[in-house]
Amino acid sequence: MFKMLDGNTSAVEAMKLARVKVIAAYPITPQSTISEKLSEIVANGEMDAKYIRVESEHTAMSACIGAALTGSRAGTATSSNGLALMNEMIVAASGIRAPIVMPVVNRAIATPWSLWCEHMDTMSQRDLGWMQFFTQNCQDVLDYTIAAYKIAENKDIMTPAMVCLDGFFLSHSMQKIDVPAQEKVDEFLPEYELTNSYLNPEDPMFVSNVVGMNDYTEVKYQQKYAMDNAFGVIENVFDEFEKQFGRKLNIIEEYKTEDADVVLVCMGSMTGTVKYVVDIMREQGKKVGMIKIVVFRPFPYKYIYEVLKDKKVIGVFDRNSCLGGQYPPVCTEVIAAMKGADADIRDYVGGLGGRDVNPANIEKIFNELLDIYNGSSDKHTNWIDLKENPMDSREVFKYV
Amino acid sequence: MYEIIKDSKGTLNHGISACAGCGMELLARCVFDVLGQDIIIVIPPGCAALLTGMGTESGIKAAGMMCNLENTASTCSGIRASLDAQGNDHTTVVGFAGDGGTLDIGLQSLSGMIERGDKVLYICYDNEAYMNTGIQSSSATPFLASTTTQPAGKPTVKKDLIGIAMAHEIPYAATASLHNIADLKKKIQKAKDTDGPSLLHVLIPCPTGWRSDPADTITLARAAVNTGVWVLYEYEDGEVTVNYKPKELKPIEEYISLQGRFKKVTDEEKKEMQKIVKKSYERKIAKLEK
Repeated sequence: MFKMLDGNTSAVEAMKLARVKVIAAYPITPQSTISEKLSEIVANGEMDAKYIRVESEHTAMSACIGAALTGSRAGTATSSNGLALMNEMIVAASGIRAPIVMPVVNRAIATPWSLWCEHMDTMSQRDLGWMQFFTQNCQDVLDYTIAAYKIAENKDIMTPAMVCLDGFFLSHSMQKIDVPAQEKVDEFLPEYELTNSYLNPEDPMFVSNVVGMNDYTEVKYQQKYAMDNAFGVIENVFDEFEKQFGRKLNIIEEYKTEDADVVLVCMGSMTGTVKYVVDIMREQGKKVGMIKIVVFRPFPYKYIYEVLKDKKVIGVFDRNSCLGGQYPPVCTEVIAAMKGADADIRDYVGGLGGRDVNPANIEKIFNELLDIYNGSSDKHTNWIDLKENPMDSREVFKYV
Repeated sequence: MYEIIKDSKGTLNHGISACAGCGMELLARCVFDVLGQDIIIVIPPGCAALLTGMGTESGIKAAGMMCNLENTASTCSGIRASLDAQGNDHTTVVGFAGDGGTLDIGLQSLSGMIERGDKVLYICYDNEAYMNTGIQSSSATPFLASTTTQPAGKPTVKKDLIGIAMAHEIPYAATASLHNIADLKKKIQKAKDTDGPSLLHVLIPCPTGWRSDPADTITLARAAVNTGVWVLYEYEDGEVTVNYKPKELKPIEEYISLQGRFKKVTDEEKKEMQKIVKKSYERKIAKLEK
């Protein structure tokens, strides 16, 4: 059935269709309508779940871990500072192998205070044992969330997952969404079941006590093993998803890369804009292409290499500043993926604190990459949408 | 799931690695005795984490987990909601945390749990400092007690946990002491039977942190009550019952002279301490019996 939904409501629909049994949510802009809508549909009986109105995101994740280990599919959603506050429990959830699926509405972490989109919140959590899926549109939000439950709860994976959607650009933009019927989702997604560690008085065990030096490395390795082997499961689940719902899901999505001279790698809602610019520039005879990374954790090294192995010039767009690092995170990963290939990889940063990633900037990036490809220039504009004289902005910060 | 290597009399193993004379261990045994095994127990890192064992061995023959330091209450809330979602209304969810994990870093999480009315039994074993970490002051450390972060003695009095819970109009809250096991067990049972959140605050003499003789643990628990340092009372459906009032308060000396943590207290300070304890006791009784 088609419905007009924004990204947040798409996430709610997915959680409802997945029959989440325990919800612990704390409101934060721009995630708030997820908390509101979930509480509404639990209250009116549309969704059969317990809703815990928690006093913080730290508690939200703590409650989800407790609920998940006690045998209920548990859900929450957050954003920005909320995810930062959860940080400690993010590590706890993955280490204890609680397969929680969490929509994260991407927003910059204060300070400077900003209510708007950037990937810093989820990027700061990228190595803590959660899978991360980045979405382009509201249909993606619904589809990848439903698929994420099946991947996260797979007995060989048992690893939590974040489904990332860009604040406001997706969370608050209405789109026409194909919402599957409950029976179809029930056929696709098995009941939540724990077979290894759980809290059950009839079959008691003590979960998460201290692991000594003799075992810790191996326990950590088990998490790595799950991550490393996730792609097989992800591919299977995506195939099943396509059979069941008729929509193709991708680990990475290529857009006109095959004959492209230069390719831009990016994630999230901006990928829609990039596709649009690719089409326009193709009409002008410029051979440009794009890769949209959906699965950022585990990082699809092999998939990226396969598509880009013969490309000479590659741009990577990070919606995250990465202070003090040589390259921002997506670019770092692409460079690692392309090890051994003969590619000139350029890092771009932009779209911070909600600044629109507009077609003009994407076109500028592609033209720079093409100039590098043609040998007519060697320069690229690292912070692509930076104003002139940035040091003059805001008296209170000036030159500090 | 458990392979029982050695059967113990109760839920808690014999010979667990608590310090000699540990009051927390005695409290834990009482808790398990009353609650039985239809429980899920949540324990944060702290002294009681010792009960959970290490690696593949555990001292507790019941379902449970170690949470993080500040989220005992919120983890319990999640477990409760999960059991409720499955129609399980018989299993007791119990949080068992120290004073640091309760009165300091865990206070927000506990406040949320009580305010929401989640049916969880929360027990705070209060040994009045971060003992497992090496005797650092907490907000439960009493006036003038010496700790590794306040070696000259804590200049402020301890936080009133049950007072905070009462401000939430918690259905059941009580203080207890290890010198009166019958009273303690009765309160654990009442807390278990409460339809909603319940809180027990138990003063736990700690030979390691209080620098007292392990043989004096019960003596100290009794002395705390008889000197007015610790008041035994219950808050039930908005009504307070003071369980015990000494006919006359014993001098503070009988309590602090047995503890190395008050060794540096001068005679002058002792007088001040006596005054504060007496005044605080009288004020508390007046307030509770109002």
